[in-house]
Amino acid sequence: MDMQVAKKKLGLKERYAVMTRGLDWVPSYQKMEDIYPYMTYEGIKIHDWDKWEDPFRLTMDAYWKYQSEKERKLYAVLDAFNQNNGHLNVTDARYINTVKLFVSGISPLEYVAHRGFAHAGRQFPGPGPRVACLMQSLDEIRHAQTQVHAVANYNKYYNGMHDFHHAHDRVWFLSVPKSFFDDAITAGPFEFMVSIGFSFEYVLTNLLFVPFVSGAAYNGDMGTMTFGFSAQSDEARHMTLGLEVIKFILEQDPDNLPIVQRWIDKWTWRGYRVLTLVAMMMDYMLPKRTMSWKEAWEIYFEENGGALFKDLARYGITMPKCAEQIALEKDHLSHQAWSTFYNYAAAANFHTWMPDEDEMAWLSAKYPNSYDKYYRPRMEYWREQAAKGNRFYNKTLPMLCQTCQVPMIFTEPGDPTKTCYREVDYKDSKYHFCSDHCKAIFEHEPEKYVQSWLPVHQIYQGNCFPEGTDPTVEGFDPLAAVLKYYHLESGRDNLDFEGSEDQKNFDEWRGMATKNV
Amino acid sequence: MHIDLRTVTIKPLRHTFDNIARRLGADKPATRYQEGTLDMQQTVNFHYRPTWDPDHEIYDASRTAIKMADWYAFKDPRQFYYGAYTMARAKQQDTAEANFDFVENRGLAETLPADVRATVLELLVPLRHVAWGSNMNNASICAYSYGTAFSQPGIYQAMDQLGIAQYLTRVGLLLGGVDVLDEAKDSWMTADTWQGLRRYVEDCMVLKDPVELFVAQNVALDGLLYPLVYETIVDDVLSAKGGTPVAMLTQFMTDWFAETKRWTDATMKTAAAESAENKEILAKWVSQWRDRAAATLLPVARIALNERTDELVAEVVQQFNARLVKAGVPL
Ligand SMILES: [Fe+2]
Ligand SMILES: [Fe+2]
Repeated sequence: MDMQVAKKKLGLKERYAVMTRGLDWVPSYQKMEDIYPYMTYEGIKIHDWDKWEDPFRLTMDAYWKYQSEKERKLYAVLDAFNQNNGHLNVTDARYINTVKLFVSGISPLEYVAHRGFAHAGRQFPGPGPRVACLMQSLDEIRHAQTQVHAVANYNKYYNGMHDFHHAHDRVWFLSVPKSFFDDAITAGPFEFMVSIGFSFEYVLTNLLFVPFVSGAAYNGDMGTMTFGFSAQSDEARHMTLGLEVIKFILEQDPDNLPIVQRWIDKWTWRGYRVLTLVAMMMDYMLPKRTMSWKEAWEIYFEENGGALFKDLARYGITMPKCAEQIALEKDHLSHQAWSTFYNYAAAANFHTWMPDEDEMAWLSAKYPNSYDKYYRPRMEYWREQAAKGNRFYNKTLPMLCQTCQVPMIFTEPGDPTKTCYREVDYKDSKYHFCSDHCKAIFEHEPEKYVQSWLPVHQIYQGNCFPEGTDPTVEGFDPLAAVLKYYHLESGRDNLDFEGSEDQKNFDEWRGMATKNV
Repeated sequence: MHIDLRTVTIKPLRHTFDNIARRLGADKPATRYQEGTLDMQQTVNFHYRPTWDPDHEIYDASRTAIKMADWYAFKDPRQFYYGAYTMARAKQQDTAEANFDFVENRGLAETLPADVRATVLELLVPLRHVAWGSNMNNASICAYSYGTAFSQPGIYQAMDQLGIAQYLTRVGLLLGGVDVLDEAKDSWMTADTWQGLRRYVEDCMVLKDPVELFVAQNVALDGLLYPLVYETIVDDVLSAKGGTPVAMLTQFMTDWFAETKRWTDATMKTAAAESAENKEILAKWVSQWRDRAAATLLPVARIALNERTDELVAEVVQQFNARLVKAGVPL
């Protein structure tokens, strides 16, 4: 019984320490470098893993209890949404195209995050970061699955998302988000943590999830809104992990600073180029707008991010240089992107359209420096042409940036009338880039980026037709063959929203609910 | 605007996603397990090779010697997707919490006979490190195996083992506090009793084949350790000596093993049924790792079983063999 007297109550921090790092030991039958083989090749120096501060302290019993409560509530909402035809409550059927974009472009990334954090959560020799990463791995499979489950109901009634896994691996513009995460997971574990844990989850998450979730809320999409809010409390944990990773690495050795700074620069730019899709979603695809892309960038990056980088200044970290170019592009990004998708709507898995008069007025008000001058005239022209029956579909293929894989649609910083082209000669080949930043990323790791699976190149090489296709036969229609390879049904999944099956069905179904037929 | 749409009956265009319909052979409603599992992992057109493993693609079936025509032939009989998983564990965690409360509030830990208490400290508490090793090994299985049907249960198993390590830590804290944990760790690092098992766990940590790791960790080691420690020693031997409170504190592990072995068995069955080659490789792995695991568990079991050790370990091995033969692995 003496032991009982001696037994002292542990504080929360000590208790969590015995529940996690106390479990770890220094191996002696196998070498550290064999158990953790990927720890040195990136050049990051860690001297003492014990200096890691646990960003949150959650034992598994509490995790299960807390998360299962959230799951119970979430699935109750989804069930009700499905039973009550909740999809007919959205503002109008154009909104559903953001759901298509989300499930084919973003949800598969949640899955990669799951696997990537399992990998990182296995590879760090420090038990603290391992546990935090594995918990995030578990959260990320949650995000991937709850999104698929929420979107499953839309898929029953609307086109474009019926084979989204297949699409994600193949459709031209989806290589933008896909290559971003492929880039992160193929990097070393430290870079993975800076790319996803910090740059993506901490710096850019408010520009990705908040627009989709608040967009859903504004547009009456209960299902998406609910999984978004439900994921927010996970995100809070992920953000503290991302920040702790940066601080920990920087505090360990001064030699880590230039490596980390380069990663932050790279991943802010890579992330921003993926956000091109979000920008056009915010400014063009949400029938009921939440805020403009430009406003979102100013609040979430320039203000909040500015404060963050001020905070990190004590480690020697500075604001990524690309922020200057992004600021120059914020008046143009969404308009250039939407124009491109409007052009290539024959090869996409969602519908596009031209903004109506009210929407153009909103764009003029939000973008007084650019919309009326550069973009309204061309959109009015396209609208007129469509009204005359000349809806224009571009059936040739654009050149893609070797790094970000966005078509080369962006204009020179400071000159919105001139397309920006950069190129590099490397080992007998010429590589093309949308910007100085994408070019610099390539130049630092050319052997990585020459591997890019560029959809346009692949189509021209004949790798994106169904097996057995003979492109030499008379009257061969390459677009039709590519759509078959994408598993997209021409006339249902693609083209303009106007006249689409989605539009027709939604109107008819909502009519059944609101009118006496 | 909110319209009450309950009364509207509309005909869906399709019942599930195409990839699911292809696998089910028809467009019919799918379960959440199916929609959350099938084809979740990307399969083609990867952009870059891992800088940490340039010989393989990001997800690469050739990381293992086991060959499958379709890695989605694996099915988790528990049908665990995240929601089903966390809800199942939350329920078990409720029971575990009630059990810990019961033992703590009634001061049952103090009433344990001295030899039972000593056995718990010497035998159960060091096992927290074994569970921690399994957490790492299952993280590997999740990260490096192919296809969500196979990899997904890996993360659940990894976090379960972390939970088990934490329950065992609480047993140590309840019975003696932090000192007890330190002593147990000291045994784990230096005492002869534990070195075979520690070597086994560390050797698993360098295995590169995720399916072999699955066999070594989840099939062989846990397949012997759980029946031996939680069923034979805790539930039978210790309970007979007045150690029922210990059985309450480890009920999570007993229930957990009964549940998870349904998954390991189903997985072995599917892999073995695929081809004669798979069967042969699996049989080789199972018998190698089983023999090593059984040998390393002998000195550990002796802490509680004394002169009955050889007999009871042999019994557990026999049951294990029967289990694996039933799953289609010829031993
Ligand atoms: Fe996520
Ligand atoms: Fe680019």
